[in-house]
Amino acid sequence: MSTVTCTECEAEIALEAGTEVGEIIVCPDCGVDLEVTALDPAAVELAPMEEEDWGE
Amino acid sequence: MQPRLKIGVLYSRVRVEEKWIFAAMERRGLDYVRLDDRAIHFDLDDPAPWRAFDAVLERSISYNSGLYALRMLNAWGVPTVNTAAVAEVCGDKLTTSVMLARAGVPQPHNKVAFSPEAALEAIDEFGYPVVLKPVVGSWGRLLAKINDRDAAEAVLEHKSTLGSVQHSVFYIQEFIKKPGRDIRAIVVGKRVLTAIYRKSEHWITNTARGGEGEICPITPEIESLCLSAAAAVGGGVLAVDLVEHPEKGLVVNEINHTMEFHSAQPVSGVDIADEIVNYVVEVAKNNLTPAPSGHPLPSQGRGTGG
Repeated sequence: MSTVTCTECEAEIALEAGTEVGEIIVCPDCGVDLEVTALDPAAVELAPMEEEDWGE
Repeated sequence: MQPRLKIGVLYSRVRVEEKWIFAAMERRGLDYVRLDDRAIHFDLDDPAPWRAFDAVLERSISYNSGLYALRMLNAWGVPTVNTAAVAEVCGDKLTTSVMLARAGVPQPHNKVAFSPEAALEAIDEFGYPVVLKPVVGSWGRLLAKINDRDAAEAVLEHKSTLGSVQHSVFYIQEFIKKPGRDIRAIVVGKRVLTAIYRKSEHWITNTARGGEGEICPITPEIESLCLSAAAAVGGGVLAVDLVEHPEKGLVVNEINHTMEFHSAQPVSGVDIADEIVNYVVEVAKNNLTPAPSGHPLPSQGRGTGG
């Protein structure tokens, strides 16, 4: 199982099986949104902030 | 042997809906390409790479990115789900209201003004409370329930001073005393696949705001209303949000063209992602190049939903 380090609080986060690049995960420690940017090796970045035209 | 269809999926984030859609495409063995809207670019002198797609499914979170991509693709004759024409209507609440009104589809009472003064006059005519909505926006963001004139003056001033140019279009809606829920119905082509109640104690019942889902039986009235609403905006893959109005009965509140279904799919048990992929394949197979007012619909979808 891959693990990543939260860029905000440095918590170690285990990625679930089936995680994909582009997926958003939430840091269980500090609650920040992180975007998975790579899987081999696993990496995350702070997810972009919600923009005014975002939606469904 | 028929050539393998090539499908593009334009997206911004891999939400659970995109994971389900990708999985459905893989199960079917489709030749599909993931197109991250932050990573791609379009060369307006070279449409060939885009014309290689038999269809593109647009799932961008950014309305602007999705809309402009669809405009370019449709201008080049690339079939898309949904079309630029549909996105133009559904991405703007006021335009949606206009198209629903033209088609005679029941909806909440709405008023529009272009200055704070005119908006205040329109709100006073309504009486309080009323709801102010940005014409572009989603997930219940920046909705304001205005309970009295003081609040109206404050919110209108804030919108005029702090908001982008779109906030100078004041879209004012009657406040509907709904029974703690609204209805989200999923329409694909000419079928209503499923519907769920979205329940919340808050006046905003969007599941993006914490509303909970529960199955809603598709009555003949719901089916007819949803199909009329979908047709009014050009049809395709749509989420029609209905509200139970205490006097008017069911009304169409809004229609989403890149809908989320993270609640509707597990609550209903309908494989909505698979139905969307079916529809995209139909569009690709039939080369349903969009017409200026929206693309023609496949005669019927396939699959097991309902």
